Amino acid sequence: MHVPNGFLDAPTSVATGVVATAAVGVALVKARKELDDRTAPMAGLIAAFIFAVQMLNFPVGAGTSGHLMGGALAAVLVGPWTAVLSTSVVFIVQALLFADGGITALGTNIVLMGLSTVLVGYLVFLGMRAVLPKRASFVPLAAALGALVSVPVASLVFVVLYAIGGNADIDLAALATAMVGVHVLIGIGEAVITYLAVASIVSVRPDLVHGARPLLEQRRLVIHDTAPATSSQETSA
Amino acid sequence: MSTATEDRTDQAEGRPRVATRWVLAGTLLVSLLLAGVVSYYAASSPDGLEQVSQTLGFHTTETDHELSDSPFADYGTAGVSDGRLSGGIAGVAGVLIVLVLAGGLTWAVRRRRPEKDSADEASTGETAA
Repeated sequence: MHVPNGFLDAPTSVATGVVATAAVGVALVKARKELDDRTAPMAGLIAAFIFAVQMLNFPVGAGTSGHLMGGALAAVLVGPWTAVLSTSVVFIVQALLFADGGITALGTNIVLMGLSTVLVGYLVFLGMRAVLPKRASFVPLAAALGALVSVPVASLVFVVLYAIGGNADIDLAALATAMVGVHVLIGIGEAVITYLAVASIVSVRPDLVHGARPLLEQRRLVIHDTAPATSSQETSA
Repeated sequence: MSTATEDRTDQAEGRPRVATRWVLAGTLLVSLLLAGVVSYYAASSPDGLEQVSQTLGFHTTETDHELSDSPFADYGTAGVSDGRLSGGIAGVAGVLIVLVLAGGLTWAVRRRRPEKDSADEASTGETAA
């Protein structure tokens, strides 16, 4: 969904640029809590992984394709603030080196494919994690559901931006219908990729997955607190 | 403290712990393979937004990319005619560039590991700007 130059007018592009810059600025401060000596390299690698997977367009029906956006994936793996930084780096590199996404549209693309998918993906993930069984093995499913929802919502954010500052006079209802229609399908691809990526790390090192850590802590607390009295119930090895 | 409890978790699940560096190396290897090799087989049809813009007719307002003749424009490598190689080089370069930039940024922003006598607060105040 990389927006090229010329789709949105200058004021809207400047406005999204300001929003993107402010969000990255806040993320630079907030991400500190999510990042330590182990998770910082992980965040760099997740950005690299998202760049790689964004090269892999998959077909969604006749003559159309889509690719991962990655906000939900990054937010669950490395934390939402870090995900804003990681995805922003991807879009900046794509715009400056790969001519993918206009430079005047860079703020728009960070808002659409970075901020929107991180925010929606992570909120849905948190909701699902609260509802699903409190085990790390359910984290990939919760992440996939976040990813599934995040893509059509991002496409609606584009519709809103187009309503504000689109350069062509088109029927906005038709735009919304068409955008959501195709991005529901792309969202399914996003969900599958997110599931596979999160599951592969959760299965070997759940403690490296930001969104799985509270579940591990919870279980640890149960074991520690009751260890002297009821250790027989908990012993597994 | 956190290291000790993680070990416990892994013991409780009864499996050997995979070292962090192997998880990182695995992620890098997968990324390089996807960008360097698998990307050649990606679908080349227009993406969702492009397709919608063509159907509804607003694609006509698109203007050229500022850097459309940069060396890696459109995920190819300037001067390399073989499609597989051209895309592969661009993909591998992109993965490494993103890794260095994003990894460098997150490394600079991270919390420093507290010193042994835990001068915790003192070591975490300065680098955010």
